[in-house]
Amino acid sequence: MSEAATVGPRRRPGVHPQLVIGAVLVALVVVVALVSFAWTPFDPIHAVPADRLQGPSAQHWFGTDRFGRDVLSQLMVGARITLYVGVVAVGIAAVVGIPVGVVAGMRGGVPGAALMRGADVLLAFPGLLLAIVFGAAFGAGTTTAMVALGIGAIPAFARVARSGTLQVMRTDYVLAARAANRPAWAIAWRHVLPNIAGIAVVQASVNFGLAVLAEAALSFLGLGTAPPTPSWGRMLQDSQQFLGTYDYLAIAPGVAIAVAVLGFNLLGDGLRDVLDPRLLGRRR
Amino acid sequence: MRTRVAWLAGQLVLTLAVASVAVFWVLRVLPGDSAVVALGVNATPEALDQWRAAHGTDRPLIVQYLDWMGGLLHADFGTSFVTGRDLTALILDRVQVTLIIVGLGMLLALLVAIPLGTLAAVHHRSAWGTVIGGASQVGVAVPNFLVGVLLVSFVAVRARWLPAGGWVPPILDPAEFWRHAILPAVALGTVQAAIITRYVRSAVIEVMREDFLRTARASGHTRTTALVHHGLRNAGVPVVTVVGVQLAGMLVGAIVVERVFVVPGLGSLLVDAVNQRDLQAVQSIVMTLVVLVVAINFVVDLLYTVLDPRLRTGREVRA
Repeated sequence: MSEAATVGPRRRPGVHPQLVIGAVLVALVVVVALVSFAWTPFDPIHAVPADRLQGPSAQHWFGTDRFGRDVLSQLMVGARITLYVGVVAVGIAAVVGIPVGVVAGMRGGVPGAALMRGADVLLAFPGLLLAIVFGAAFGAGTTTAMVALGIGAIPAFARVARSGTLQVMRTDYVLAARAANRPAWAIAWRHVLPNIAGIAVVQASVNFGLAVLAEAALSFLGLGTAPPTPSWGRMLQDSQQFLGTYDYLAIAPGVAIAVAVLGFNLLGDGLRDVLDPRLLGRRR
Repeated sequence: MRTRVAWLAGQLVLTLAVASVAVFWVLRVLPGDSAVVALGVNATPEALDQWRAAHGTDRPLIVQYLDWMGGLLHADFGTSFVTGRDLTALILDRVQVTLIIVGLGMLLALLVAIPLGTLAAVHHRSAWGTVIGGASQVGVAVPNFLVGVLLVSFVAVRARWLPAGGWVPPILDPAEFWRHAILPAVALGTVQAAIITRYVRSAVIEVMREDFLRTARASGHTRTTALVHHGLRNAGVPVVTVVGVQLAGMLVGAIVVERVFVVPGLGSLLVDAVNQRDLQAVQSIVMTLVVLVVAINFVVDLLYTVLDPRLRTGREVRA
């Protein structure tokens, strides 16, 4: 209570705890997903009626579901879908959003404003809502979900890319490049993109967490990954009828979702602090 | 100030116009013939023709769009493709339920987040701040439907304190209404509380670095009174923004929570409509949600202007 009201340096040099924990959690999910291609304790979609609804045991670490399928095996395969959706959704958003933001930031004026207004309209459709609309129009499924979540995240990337670009364009080296009559694409490639790469990576990590959450929500609603492919959201949905009696069925996929999202959030926060603080500005 | 309000209102109308075209295009043009969507690819041509005539989809698309939009402007949401029911009464009834649980959820979230976030900021270099910061970090990662499922399991099924689901309108029976509304609101509010706590914390830390706060302390304020008298209003600007953004997000989050607690809100209506491939209903429900989201953003922008006088004159001051 006796410390001064003013705040000292924000970060001690050295190991960044958020970054480390985030990286470990993300690595855990990635490793589990990779291992699931080669090995799972049981066949995740093979029903064994005799073993149904068994609690956690030495044989089935996380128990079995109402069809006698091993929960751990389903979780492991579910990690694949989670990462797959995240990678594609974030990929779409970055590939479209970053160029839009850079062009808007470099051009300014009417074309720049028009691009950003377009991105603003998309903000009226939160990712999950867009995914539900696409599900209604084209049929629900993993592909529909990924594409919709990707499109929904475009404005986020466009905005950070634009504000980063605006800052880079005010620097002396860009002024020098423009004075030397370097073409716009060369300035974008040589100066703008390398300098906004940091904020783009941070945004990617944060959006990855959002995509994981949205995919889980969609599968929970029955509008995501179709059975029998295991997905965390649907496992949670399936657990609902056994609440109060077989809670492990809800807790296992629930914790998996939370761990994945927490990992990407912490990774994003850590990277935000570590990567070029000059451009990243203040933390949220 | 007046120019800015006019500018924001213009943007609101433009956004809604573009969004309505997008919704119509995605739901009615891209999937192909609505009659085939409704009846399936094996339907006879006569049946398809009959369906098209009955639902007016044999008219040019632009006429169908204008008809739909004209209806919406008069709060007429059209007729369901599948059940033939009038959507207006249904949507207006359901939207109230959603707004109630979203409103209660946000109220709960703010009641928790503002004190907790301020506490975390004031003690941000001590153990307390770290604990609150860490807890909110974990809370952000927990999906609201997981909170819902756990509440059902522990509070409803095991302890039998509250019903696991369902809904009673407040006019019918206030006591029963509260018993049914609390759990959905807590499920929605818990995650929001975590998110808003983080924003309140960093907004207050930011303010604590300002020169005027140091001046206030030098002139005899304690840290707490300086914060209350000078700091919180300034910290309010970013917090109002995030509350608005989160409120819009909660409308969508409610879709899932309504599913957990079998609450008859707009979200469960939407999911049912999607499952029945009732495109007319989906279209009108989605547009209702979009109008709410855009309206919330509009109000946030207005509040922003009121809270931060620097924004009152300029047109494009956004970062």
